[in-house]
Amino acid sequence: MTINHATAAEKFNKDFDRTTWHDETLWWVRQKRDRAAFSIPEWEKLRDTASQIKHNVLSNLDTYLVEFEKNAQKNGITVHWAADAHEHNEIILSILKKQGVTQIVKSKSMLTEECHLNPYLAENGVEVVDTDLGERIVQLADEPPSHIVLPCIHWKKEEIGVLFHKHLGTPEGCADPTLLTHAARENLREKFLTRRVAITGVNFAVAETGEFVVCTNEGNADMGAHLADVHIACMGIEKIIPQRAHLGVFLRLLARSATGQPITTYSSHFAKPRAGQEMHLVLVDNGRTTQLGREEFRNSLKCIRCGACMNTCPVYRRSGGHSYHNAVAGPIGSILAPNLDMTKNADLPFASTLCGSCSNVCPVKINIHEQLYEWRQVLTKSGHSPTAKTLGMKAMAAVLSNPSVYRLSGKMGRLALANVPFVVNNSLNPWYKQREMPEPPKESFGEWYKKNRG
Amino acid sequence: MKVGLFIPCYVDQFYPKVGIATLQLLEKLGCQVSYPPKQTCCGQPMANSGYEHLTHDCNRLFMNNFSEYDYIVSPSGSCVLHIKEHLHAPENETQNEGKATHIRKRIYELTEFLTDILKVENLEARFPFRVGLHQSCHGQRGLHLSQMSELVATPFSKPEQLLNMVKDVELVKLSRKDECCGFGGTFCVAEEAVSSRMGIDRIDDHVKNGTQVLTGGDMSCLMHLEGVIRRRKLPIKVMHIAEILTATE
Repeated sequence: MTINHATAAEKFNKDFDRTTWHDETLWWVRQKRDRAAFSIPEWEKLRDTASQIKHNVLSNLDTYLVEFEKNAQKNGITVHWAADAHEHNEIILSILKKQGVTQIVKSKSMLTEECHLNPYLAENGVEVVDTDLGERIVQLADEPPSHIVLPCIHWKKEEIGVLFHKHLGTPEGCADPTLLTHAARENLREKFLTRRVAITGVNFAVAETGEFVVCTNEGNADMGAHLADVHIACMGIEKIIPQRAHLGVFLRLLARSATGQPITTYSSHFAKPRAGQEMHLVLVDNGRTTQLGREEFRNSLKCIRCGACMNTCPVYRRSGGHSYHNAVAGPIGSILAPNLDMTKNADLPFASTLCGSCSNVCPVKINIHEQLYEWRQVLTKSGHSPTAKTLGMKAMAAVLSNPSVYRLSGKMGRLALANVPFVVNNSLNPWYKQREMPEPPKESFGEWYKKNRG
Repeated sequence: MKVGLFIPCYVDQFYPKVGIATLQLLEKLGCQVSYPPKQTCCGQPMANSGYEHLTHDCNRLFMNNFSEYDYIVSPSGSCVLHIKEHLHAPENETQNEGKATHIRKRIYELTEFLTDILKVENLEARFPFRVGLHQSCHGQRGLHLSQMSELVATPFSKPEQLLNMVKDVELVKLSRKDECCGFGGTFCVAEEAVSSRMGIDRIDDHVKNGTQVLTGGDMSCLMHLEGVIRRRKLPIKVMHIAEILTATE
C-alpha cells in the first residue's frame, strides 16, 4: 500500500534541520523566479496570453493533433498514438526490438516517469541511462525524481559525493560540484557515443509545422538525439501549440517560472530526421482526454511543467516531492493524480492549506487551489473519504446548523477546556503535539452581547 | 447603514474580546450594528474538508440571519471568503437565491469594510509597540486585502493602511511577507507535522525581525500561531487587528 502524504510528511519533518534546508533551497528558487518575473513589466499579460493560447488548444485539441500529425509525417517523422501508459511502453519496446537494441539513453521526460517506462524496459531486458544530471543521480540511487525540474533537489552535494564514489569511482569525500559533474559527464559520454537509440521528452509541439521543441539546460537531449540512429520523442497530447510564433510567449515564461533564468540554455527544434536517422514521436493520452472531459479540472492540462507551484508551495517545501507518491508532485501533481487513480491519490488534494500561492505563480494561470478544493468535493462524494471523517463531519454539521445545540456544545466545550484540560491536552489530539490549546474565556461573545447590548 | 455583525463560531467561543473590539470599533465609526443571536458558522470547516454537500442547513441559517442587512461585516477574512464564494440557496429552495446573492455581494471583512466602504482616514488609537502583521492567505489572496508577492503588480495593503493610522505603531518588516502559517482548517490536525512546522517557521520570522505583538485579520491563523508561541514560551503577544485599531495605550 502507498504511504499517504501526511505520514510521509511527518517522517520527512523528523529531521528538523534538513527540512529547514529543503525549504530554504526551494524558497531561493522561488525568489529567483520573482526577480526574473519582475524584470518583465508585461509579465501578467504574458501569463494571460499563455493561458488563452492553451485555452484555444484545449478547445480544439482534436484538430490541432491531426494537423500536427499530418505535418510531422510530411517532415518524415513516424507518429504513434498511445491510449495509455502501457501502450506507450509497448510502442517503445517494439521500436527497440526492431532495432535489436538493449541499451538506450534518455533525457528528461516526466511523461516516461508517469508511464513507468524505465522499470518496464528493465523487465524486458533494456538498460536505460538517464542523461539529465539530476535524473542520473536519482537513477543511481534507485529513486524516482522528487521534483519535475530539479529531480534531485532533495540530495545534498556531500551525499552525491558518496553516491558517485560508489558508482562512478570519484575520490572518497569529494563533494565538489564541478568535479562531480565532470565525473558524471565522462561516464555519460561513453553512453552517448555507444547507444544507438535516444529517447527525449517534448516541451512544445507546433501544429502548423509538425516540429517539436525540447528545452534543457545541459544539452543532454541534443547530445543523445544527434548521436543516435533512432530518436524517439514522447509527449502528452496537451503539449500542442498552434503556431511557432506562440513559442515567443511560452519560452519567455517557462525558464523564468522554473528557475529564474531568462530562457533555457537549449531550446532545440526537431523538425525532421537527419539523413539516415529514424525519428519517432509517441502521442500519449493516458487519462488526458478524461481530464479534458471534467469541466472543473480541464485547465490542469494547460500545465507546461515548470515546477513553479512546487517551489512556492509551503507544504511541498516542508514535505518533499516523494511524499506525493506520484510522478508529478506538489500542487499540480495533486490535481493531476486523482484523475489517474482516485483511490491511490485521494490524500493529495488534502495536502494543501489552499493558500493560493500556486495559482499566482502559475505561468498559464491554472486555478490550482480552486481545483484542489473541487477534488476534495469529488473524492468525498465518490466515497473516497474515511467513514470516521464522514461521521465527524455529519456531527459537526448537525451542531453548526442548530443554534441552540451549538450554544450548548460551545459551553460544554469551553467547560471541558477550562476544567479538565487533560481531556484535550494529550498526545491523542494532534493539535496539542506542538501547540497549546486556546485558553477558554468565561463567556462567549454571544453571552457577552446578550448581557451588554441585549 | 444597518450592519449585521458576523462573529464566526470559534471567535464566539474562544475569542469574545475580538468580537467586542470589532463591535466597538464599528459603533465608534457611526455604524448601526446588530448581532443576530442565532448565528453559528459559515460552513467552511465542512466544505474545505470535502463536505460542501453537508452545508445546506448552515447556509439556510446564515441566509435567515443576515439577508436583511445593508452590510454584513466579520473579523475573519477566511469565513468571509467562504461565504462570498460558496453561499447559495439549497437546490430545492432556489426562490431564496436572491437572499444568498445579496449576502455574497454585501459581506465584508472588517479591514476592507473600513477602508473601502467607510473610507476611514483616521483612527483615534495609540499602540506603542513593534507590530508584526500576519497576512492570512484567504484575506490576502482570496479577498485581495493586500497585494500578493507572486504578482507583478503595484503593492498595497488595507490592513497596513489602517495600522499606519494608529499612533506609535511600528510595523515590522518580515523576510517572507506573505507565506502561509499552515493553519489550513482541518489541515492543522490532518497534516499536523507540516502544519506545525509552517507555524514554527512563521513565528521564527517574527522573532528574528523583532515583533512584540503579532496581529492579523484572521483569528484562526492567530490561534494556531499563538499555540506555537505559548508552547515555545516566546515573548510575543497575539492580538486581532480590531483590538489594535481600538487600543488607547
